[in-house]
Amino acid sequence: MSDALLAVRNLSVQFTTYGQTNQVLKGVSLDVPARSQIALVGESGSGKTVTMRAIMGLLRTPPAKVTSGEIFYDGHDLLTMPTKERLKLRGTAMSMVFQDPMSSLNPVFTIADQMGTILKYADRRLGRSRGNRERMARVHEVLGQVRMRDPERVSRSYPIMLSGGMRQRVLIAMALLSEPKLLIADEPGTALDVTTQAQILKLLKDLVEERGLALLMITHNLGVVRETSNYVYVMNKGVVVEHRPTADLFEAPRDDYTRALIAAVPRLTGGTSFGKAGAAA
Amino acid sequence: MTNMLEIAGLTKLFPVRNRFGRKTGDVRAVDDVSFSIEKGKVYGLAGESGSGKSTIARMIMGLAKPTSGDILLSGHSITGETGTRAYGRKVQMVFQNPGSSLNPRRTVGQSIAVPLAAHGTPLGEHKRRIAELLEMVQLPTDFALRYPHELSGGQKQRVAIARALAVAPQLLILDEPTSALDVSVQARVMDLLVDLGQQLGLTYLFISHDLSLMRNFADTVGVLYLGKIVETGPTASVFEAPQHDYTRLLLASVPVISAEEEAMRPKIPLIDGEIPTAEQLIALRDGATPVSQRTET
Ligand SMILES: Nc1ncnc2c1ncn2[C@@H]1O[C@H](COP(=O)(O)OP(=O)(O)OP(=O)(O)O)[C@@H](O)[C@H]1O
Ligand SMILES: Nc1ncnc2c1ncn2[C@@H]1O[C@H](COP(=O)(O)OP(=O)(O)OP(=O)(O)O)[C@@H](O)[C@H]1O
Ligand SMILES: [Mg+2]
Ligand SMILES: [Mg+2]
Repeated sequence: MSDALLAVRNLSVQFTTYGQTNQVLKGVSLDVPARSQIALVGESGSGKTVTMRAIMGLLRTPPAKVTSGEIFYDGHDLLTMPTKERLKLRGTAMSMVFQDPMSSLNPVFTIADQMGTILKYADRRLGRSRGNRERMARVHEVLGQVRMRDPERVSRSYPIMLSGGMRQRVLIAMALLSEPKLLIADEPGTALDVTTQAQILKLLKDLVEERGLALLMITHNLGVVRETSNYVYVMNKGVVVEHRPTADLFEAPRDDYTRALIAAVPRLTGGTSFGKAGAAA
Repeated sequence: MTNMLEIAGLTKLFPVRNRFGRKTGDVRAVDDVSFSIEKGKVYGLAGESGSGKSTIARMIMGLAKPTSGDILLSGHSITGETGTRAYGRKVQMVFQNPGSSLNPRRTVGQSIAVPLAAHGTPLGEHKRRIAELLEMVQLPTDFALRYPHELSGGQKQRVAIARALAVAPQLLILDEPTSALDVSVQARVMDLLVDLGQQLGLTYLFISHDLSLMRNFADTVGVLYLGKIVETGPTASVFEAPQHDYTRLLLASVPVISAEEEAMRPKIPLIDGEIPTAEQLIALRDGATPVSQRTET
């Protein structure tokens, strides 16, 4: 066992649909130490989201089945923990930020309603309680933390009234409500424009540093890996093929798959030649 | 030398209506845009969501009518020509999402046969021509019998390219052709586009928000911001010495994977908020602390 905040050990997950069984994770291990910034990178279908869902306890069984492995949070195995204990951790000890802000917000409730409800249930699970006014104070506080200039007005808004970047920041605020120690972000900002995405990534980085959080950044974008992490796990077809300090990965990738992946990324400086002539050169 | 495509003062207004259906104003989706593409070259149109990229493409395809301005193909105005078969033979388009641009109930072969039939290829030649086109996009010829759901994203995009090439067009408009694909698949589709461009002497209008990709594919680039081209020029010079503040902001926002790329990225603070307003850009240029004006309202 390791003393990391989150330690995934030899995790295997399969899905059975229409009688067909598909081994989706094949012995995945990874460590997220406290206050670290870790990236999990891989192409579409490699198993990144399934890993995240397994950690958060969001896999539905069936069709999913964990066939081996452990997931330790603070030394406790989440997979064998009583459900009630586990629910206590979700959203409080660890939180997540999803990719698509619109589908994770409810269009018919204001931001204050939605955040208030999340906080109420988180408090209840932890056996805490606070009044409406205190709750709203906390909601406004975290909206301020994600750099909303007017938290009260944002909290009175419906999702449709906010821009894409603001919705993504609301989701980050929701994840911060109960002061988690670990934030898992699955492709944050992918649905946004480059300038807005850059702001979201910077915000996440600033927040984890300011608040001493650990960040597990899930992405398909190697540029995002370099901008947001100092240690990286590369995943391909359900297997972690390589893991090392982020700077080393780009300097001297060891695995063939990683090498091919890095070579496929077009460079802002030019010199990535496409076409047969390019491949020959 | 005549340009393959020439666009002058192109403008498109969309009416804005209130909830009673009364017109209250216009959105200038495309605002006095001019550029030209030499035969056999790649012109890249870069810009963020809502900047007007697709609206320009739609006007060139004849799917939307310009409010004002001219579009010339090989020196001839396309007004009154779009929608005709002769025009469709010259200009074709590949869309962003290969999943939704292919009919799920048609086999690959049937999909490619649609433009063949529309442009008068005799039925007896379809089979041979479909095989030829599949070979051209480097797919096995027996893929003609497959349905879209049996194909990967990259394979679907190859089929979409084969379909666009069926009528041997001169100008191919690529609207974010690889943005739904993995980076390794993207590299192979780009290889294909470069090879086809050389083999067939195609002229490309390449639309993308991915600046790193643009850098490596376009000969000339135009940066579109709120319907206007704010900067245009040879790709290398726009990237190495951007003149407009918005171009610099875009470049500063690209996540990169090497120190060399980081060094060429303009160093400007990233603002909290949405697309910057003109005032913010001026503030940035003047070195003032940027303030967000659009976001929290
Ligand atoms: N509910 C499910 N039922 C069956 N198979 C599933 C299910 N969810 C995921 N899978 C399969 O598990 C594999 C990994 O999927 P996952 O969503 O983790 O990929 P990912 O790495 O997050 O990809 P992306 O970058 O596209 O989000 C895929 O082959 C997918 O088809
Ligand atoms: N049919 C329409 N009616 C009204 N407004 C429209 C219409 N089509 C486009 N617009 C507006 O015109 C502007 C430009 O849209 P366009 O689709 O050309 O942008 P784009 O650059 O292609 O963006 P994206 O990257 O999101 O595809 C936007 O403000 C959009 O809302
Ligand atoms: Mg995923
Ligand atoms: Mg578009």
